[in-house]
Amino acid sequence: MSEIRSSVEKRRFRGVIVIASLSVLSFMYFGFIRPGKGDTTYGFVLNNEWVLIKEWIIASATGAKIFSGISLIASVSAILAFRKGREIIIPVGFASFGILMSFITWAASGKFIPLTGLLQGALLLAVPLIFGSMSGLICERSGVINIAIEGQLLASAFVSGVVASLTHQALWGLIAAPIAGAAISFLLATFAIKFSVDQVILGFVLNVLVIGLTDFLYKKLLVPYQSTWNTAPTFGKIEVPILSKIPILGPIFFSQTIVVYLMFAIVAAITFALFKTKWGLRTRAIGEHPTAADTVGIDVNKLRFKNVIIAGLIAGVGGAYYTVASVGAFGKEMTAGAGFIALAALIFGKWSPIGAVFAALLFGFADNLQSTLTIIGVSIPSEFMLMVPYIATIIAVTGLVGRVRAPAADGIPYLRGGSH
Amino acid sequence: MRNSLSKFGQAIKLPGLSFALAFTLTGFIIAFSDSKVLSKIGSPLEFIKSAGATAGNAYLALFQGSIFDINLTKGHNFFQGFYPLSETIVIATPLILTGLSVALAFKSGLFNIGAQGQFIFGAIGASYVGFHFQLPIVIHVIAAALAGMALASIWGGAVGLLKAKTGAHEVILTIMMNYIAGYFILWILKTSQFLRPGRIDPIAPEVNQSARLPLLAGANLRIHAGIFIALVAALFVWWLLTKTTIGYKFRAVGANGQAAKTAGISVPFVLTATMAICGALAGLGGAVQVLGSEHALNADIAGSFGFDAITVALLGRAQPLGTVFAALLFGALHAGGRTMQSNTGVPLDIVLVTQALIVLFIAAPTFVRFIFKLKKMSSSAGLTSKGWNG
Amino acid sequence: MSLELRGITKTFGSFTANDEINLRVETGQIHAILGENGAGKSTLMNIVYGLLKADSGEIFVDEKVIDISDPSDALRAGIGMVHQHFMLIPVFTVAENIVLGHEKTGKFGALDIETARSAIREVSKDFGFEVDPDAIVETLPVGIQQKVEIIRALIYEAKVLILDEPTAVLTPQETDELLKTMRELKAKGTSIIFITHKLREVREVADQITIIRRGKVVGAVSPQTSEGELASLMVGRTVDLAPEKHKHKIGEPILVAKDLTVRNALGAAVVKKVNFHVNAGEVLAVAGVQGNGQSELARALINLEDHVEGSILLGGNEIRGKSIYDSLHAGIAFIPESRELDGLVGSFSIAENLILDLHDQTPYAKGITLSAGVVLAEAEKKVKEFDIRLQSVSDAVSTLSGGNKQKVVIARELSRPVKVLVASQPTRGLDVGSIEFVHERVLAERDAGRGVILFSTELDEVMALADRIAVMYRGEILDIVDSNVTREELGLLMAGVASKKASV
Repeated sequence: MSEIRSSVEKRRFRGVIVIASLSVLSFMYFGFIRPGKGDTTYGFVLNNEWVLIKEWIIASATGAKIFSGISLIASVSAILAFRKGREIIIPVGFASFGILMSFITWAASGKFIPLTGLLQGALLLAVPLIFGSMSGLICERSGVINIAIEGQLLASAFVSGVVASLTHQALWGLIAAPIAGAAISFLLATFAIKFSVDQVILGFVLNVLVIGLTDFLYKKLLVPYQSTWNTAPTFGKIEVPILSKIPILGPIFFSQTIVVYLMFAIVAAITFALFKTKWGLRTRAIGEHPTAADTVGIDVNKLRFKNVIIAGLIAGVGGAYYTVASVGAFGKEMTAGAGFIALAALIFGKWSPIGAVFAALLFGFADNLQSTLTIIGVSIPSEFMLMVPYIATIIAVTGLVGRVRAPAADGIPYLRGGSH
Repeated sequence: MRNSLSKFGQAIKLPGLSFALAFTLTGFIIAFSDSKVLSKIGSPLEFIKSAGATAGNAYLALFQGSIFDINLTKGHNFFQGFYPLSETIVIATPLILTGLSVALAFKSGLFNIGAQGQFIFGAIGASYVGFHFQLPIVIHVIAAALAGMALASIWGGAVGLLKAKTGAHEVILTIMMNYIAGYFILWILKTSQFLRPGRIDPIAPEVNQSARLPLLAGANLRIHAGIFIALVAALFVWWLLTKTTIGYKFRAVGANGQAAKTAGISVPFVLTATMAICGALAGLGGAVQVLGSEHALNADIAGSFGFDAITVALLGRAQPLGTVFAALLFGALHAGGRTMQSNTGVPLDIVLVTQALIVLFIAAPTFVRFIFKLKKMSSSAGLTSKGWNG
Repeated sequence: MSLELRGITKTFGSFTANDEINLRVETGQIHAILGENGAGKSTLMNIVYGLLKADSGEIFVDEKVIDISDPSDALRAGIGMVHQHFMLIPVFTVAENIVLGHEKTGKFGALDIETARSAIREVSKDFGFEVDPDAIVETLPVGIQQKVEIIRALIYEAKVLILDEPTAVLTPQETDELLKTMRELKAKGTSIIFITHKLREVREVADQITIIRRGKVVGAVSPQTSEGELASLMVGRTVDLAPEKHKHKIGEPILVAKDLTVRNALGAAVVKKVNFHVNAGEVLAVAGVQGNGQSELARALINLEDHVEGSILLGGNEIRGKSIYDSLHAGIAFIPESRELDGLVGSFSIAENLILDLHDQTPYAKGITLSAGVVLAEAEKKVKEFDIRLQSVSDAVSTLSGGNKQKVVIARELSRPVKVLVASQPTRGLDVGSIEFVHERVLAERDAGRGVILFSTELDEVMALADRIAVMYRGEILDIVDSNVTREELGLLMAGVASKKASV
């Protein structure tokens, strides 16, 4: 191995070593030392889509060996790519996939894993994370740190649940949700931009405010008068004709509620807008070098304000997911830290839309895997399983990302002429 | 004399107005979410009278629950009327410690949201040493507290180390660590070591008598020696920051890490040491809560202490003395809140709203000036934290 | 287009930055504004460009009053500005930067950059420089970045072009090119306001010179005025432009750098295998245009850089790879390039800043307790010794002027036992009085037997102070020459042209 040069290379080197060691460990442990007894059954059919394969039954030990074998080969390929100085992300990705599948095959020996359901649930759990990270993306790219994503999600979950309950229509709940998110955004924008309050502290305080208010109103109104205030109807799944019948992909992408379809549209719109439009150019400019933008005549603070409100609208839709697109009733602090995981997804995705979505899907998968394994009955205590998404987040922001570069002016209020 | 009085008045004007604004807004929310008040919306005079009465009753209950309640003196001596004040102090005691944990971190430029998780590990350590061993009276308390502090210090220091080595931001790290700690305590209370014989709910055995902190005002009031520990800790933090070379390093890194590094100060050391000490402080809070008031580890031992710690530190502007006062204030709000909920039916969660509003207005002096149309005096440097780029 | 300023006044609290300034720039005229650092030139131009609002006074364009409250007003009036610190988004391409603020959109609001691309190619050809519209700005050399700024002003048809200290980042050759470009623009009818503190350039290209001192106009003269007279007007007293160079004793090598290489975070070498040494009692200047690796080399000498290979011997002992603390205490005094970012903790008091490196040593501390009394007493001593102007040593250091801040840094660094002084751009942004102080101090250290490594982009400073001069270009030391080298030869080296002279 030639002399290690830079911190970037050191991290790649560490990554390759870690993935190779995990592959070997996985192969030995899941395949030989403590192989699962019995067969693991992967089910591919969810509802009534077309059936390509119904199930795949494989002896747990054999399956583990096969998947670990894949990861071993991928690790070797990663080492070769590293030595040639090429990108290692694809072989590392395959190796991770292999290790993960090996683990699942081992953990679920003698049990049934509904794979399509697992993936569909993963996407579903990622929905608020994706909305939250898109909201964070627009704020941060404009130069405003948004720690209040959690508050936005919770506030809009509350408002959409209540409005839907009062009007007996899920649709009104969905329409009210962005307004709640925008209201929190309005507070964030006003205090951060007009009054230059420290943005990290401000975001945190807004979260506390929302938690306090929603808990208060929950106890005061939603619990005693539940039938009026907390019985929201929910959206049914909308099946896209034909597309929803494609095996595996159909149920995951084309058999969801309207909120999810909105999500696809919003992600596509943001990706296009951020990099191909005038708005996107200006947004990125004010986040990187607001003074330069000012000198060409752009009103930095006005655009920042507008963008923070837009971000609030987006987060608002994500909050609606919790009530009108799933359980219907609002529960105390039901977002359970999703806003912070969304922030982590944004950082993990290096402040790019596709990166953030990918990271959010990963976290959603970790979360859903944990609950699926708990349901089918796995030997690891449920509390440790519940820790998985949070541990995954820590690993992501420490090990896998390295020192990241946020937009250069992120978190710094813009005052023309500097401070005197 | 007049000059210093006017200076004092100047210094207290803005915080005072912030408080007034926060309590007024809270009063509005209490009044206008009450169905009795809302039903009178037809006649404005009745409406306002009803609103005022509702808010007034709520605030009276708040006072009765936090400072003094004449009703409690019936059948007991006069001091029993101060039971609410004793409750305030009992709640404020761990709050002072967790508040110090967050405040000290701020001084080094770190935002320690992890006081909750650190508190939990402190409680776990103290509880185990408390019920598992038999030791002579003072030594047992010290041992239990130290055990808790050690665990919590590791839990906190790990964050500092990770930040130093990988550059990950402590906000995300500590929030995640809190959730992990929360699940960990749920699990550990189910293990055979921690299960109390004869109970199936998640509660650990009671700590032995030798490990408990003594009560200070008789058996009828819950105030215990933990308050002295908390005050000593505040003194320690003040001493550390202002009188020692270590505190100097912390403050230098917090104020300008680049310059500190260029002058030879080791930033990784500061980050790790800060988080380790902050962890120990929050852990001490957990230990004090177990050894002084709860006497047994349960799933909800941390309550909202870690969470409130942040608002306490922000209100106290990250100064040790300010943190003590802020903890007492928010302790009063919590104690009073319980009484308010049971006497008037106003959910105590409104106290969180008040807390958030107070902190918000304190952190935004320009806003308060704007609302009250005050002129700008000398520039007030607000409390700041570091963004993702550090 | 003519531009006139009448009675422009601007105050910041109790400080008057501009005091009743009158100025007139005719069509097709190059008007230079001369003044030392802190005189108020940049404030004035920020007002003309709309980044600041004057407290009183008026601006006339073609004899008509116009109101400029925003850069877009200035742009509309035909005023363009090339700032001292570039107003380019580093991560954008050239075309994106130029398009910003004047975007044309197509379908669905999609951005149209093609028009900008062709415009860029055209304008750059017109003026004889090549700029790739799709290059990412932060990868371009500084001289090219400046050209991008000029192109931008021209594409948007600036009739008055303000150049704020444009030659600070250029080699002598690039400076000559810029002056040539200015003449060409003038010939095409563009008026130019040229802000600088460099006397030589001003006399070469200006039609009219206005001198500003402490916010006031103190002279409007022709370029025939002598350098000495211009300098006196700028500073307010007679200035010795060529400080005396007296004989001094040069000793043995005290710091030797061998095959020193510094890499950045991406692994690219920004300092490539440099070799040099400095003797005790000698000033070695490292000259070169900003961005050729000097900053990184200076930082590497006290191990502030993360990826350093090679060897640094201080008094015979290897210090490469040691901690910053050890490097400083082994005997290197370090004056960083940016006193505010790297040198001082703004919110700390002056006394606290003076012990930033020694706070855990006796007599400032006993064990882990600080000895506050000693800290204050020592601070008072240093304030006297280094003539630092302040109210109290307990005030925050941010209240001091630039020159006094730099004195605090120097006082601190020279309070330790020092073998070598490494000073990185120590006079940047300072007024003439402070510059003189720094120069005196550098020579005093040299005379006291220390080795001084002075990193400077100011040719005059280098030639006045150095015993030997190392010129850096693209990360390498092109040559190390004697102090009797000519400006032209130095200029060639700075532009990358290696001379045939033997190195010393």
